[in-house]
Amino acid sequence: MSWNWEVFCKSTLEEDFSPVCFGTGGEITYLDWMLSAWGWTLSVSALGLLVAMILGILMGTLRTLPPDNLLTRSLTTLGNVWVELFRNIPVLVQVFLWYHVVPAFIPAMKGFPSFILVSLALGFFTSARIAEQVRAGIGALPRGQRYAAMAVGLTTAQSYRYVILPMALRIVIPPLTSESMNIIKNSSVAFAVSVAELTLFAMQAQEETSRGIEIYLGVTALYVISALTVNRVMAFIESKTRVPGFIAAASSGGH
Amino acid sequence: MNIDLSFYSWELIQSYVLSGFLFSIQLTVIATVGGIFFGTLLALMRLSGKPFLEIPAGAYVNMMRSIPLVMVILWFFLLMPTILGKPIGAEASAIITFIAFESAFFCEIMRSGIQSIPRGQIHAGQAMGMTYSQNMRLVILPQAFRNMIPVLLTQTIILFQDTSLVYAIGAYDMLKGFEVAGKNFGRPIETYLAAAVIYFLICFGLSRLVKVLQQRVAIIR
Repeated sequence: MSWNWEVFCKSTLEEDFSPVCFGTGGEITYLDWMLSAWGWTLSVSALGLLVAMILGILMGTLRTLPPDNLLTRSLTTLGNVWVELFRNIPVLVQVFLWYHVVPAFIPAMKGFPSFILVSLALGFFTSARIAEQVRAGIGALPRGQRYAAMAVGLTTAQSYRYVILPMALRIVIPPLTSESMNIIKNSSVAFAVSVAELTLFAMQAQEETSRGIEIYLGVTALYVISALTVNRVMAFIESKTRVPGFIAAASSGGH
Repeated sequence: MNIDLSFYSWELIQSYVLSGFLFSIQLTVIATVGGIFFGTLLALMRLSGKPFLEIPAGAYVNMMRSIPLVMVILWFFLLMPTILGKPIGAEASAIITFIAFESAFFCEIMRSGIQSIPRGQIHAGQAMGMTYSQNMRLVILPQAFRNMIPVLLTQTIILFQDTSLVYAIGAYDMLKGFEVAGKNFGRPIETYLAAAVIYFLICFGLSRLVKVLQQRVAIIR
């Protein structure tokens, strides 16, 4: 077989090639298209990660509340139900639920673009996994920290705000790194509801150009570059926020 | 918005969903068995201490783990006809893809399983005069498998969820069955909901089972 990398310089409309590989005057090449698809992949992942972090940290925290009264017990149950619900349904099915089912129940969401709906689906799916990591992180703290907070007279909310979470959130950065990399990989399911991201680009460009291997190699490289970048950024954050002298082993997740 | 479940009937489930469900199960079972087999081989390669085995196995595992599964499914579907020299169906391609992809994940599980065995066990096997393969087969791997049963089963649950991604190449699995039924009856909302409920019940039930098993199989030392 022979390589044909020129396919990326080809116009998506006509049978001609752009000498600079970027389209001019309203014409776009496959390279332009792929880069814009990369942008969609990163946007979906970033928005999804934001949703996942907020909900995941919230739900993970709720699951560790002390069982003092009915309120904290029911919040813990809420956290547990949340995790089981969003962890046990395949991500693709969740995407379809957000796209087809949720707008039927909440009319206000009918006008939402599929980009937002997919980000929500990814965010909720990943939040269950982050909640597991956060719970494990809080569980990995020495019990004495919680007791010390109580002993100096902090309320439950204060002890979480000033003692437990500042420690726990730093411990869970390594497993959160792998979840952040997973969300980029999982964002590929957005093809199913026609978000113009990398996987959809790969499928469509492969069909149009019949140069599947070159197109797939380009897309795969961009996925790997994205994941590596996230990995480096998180490693940087981890080194900046590390608690001096504190080592705790938090479990890491699947894929 | 009103939900109408009256169109569900045994005939509908039999004609649309059942064959997809059976394919999802078949894919899960074959990929688990194949994945554990090849995953264990990969793990032995990675732990062999010989660079010509370690490096390719490590590269393969890291590559599989850094590419989205959907892309792996597309890659195999694209390349399989060229490699085999004849056209291949979406279902057969999916089975090969999942064995290849899951091997990488089962490899990492088996690797930590083998590493969890105390070194004394390996030394004891060697002291008895066992060869490398006898030691692995009779001493190390049985214990590694037993230690890793809960993790292996959890990975199988994830694998079962991931089988829905064969949607990308149009293979007919359970999700596809529900989707086709929804399109034909003009009731996509009910069928997607039903799909979610069935996936949830299976995965939740299995994860409960794993919890029970976890307490049963623990080796008491």
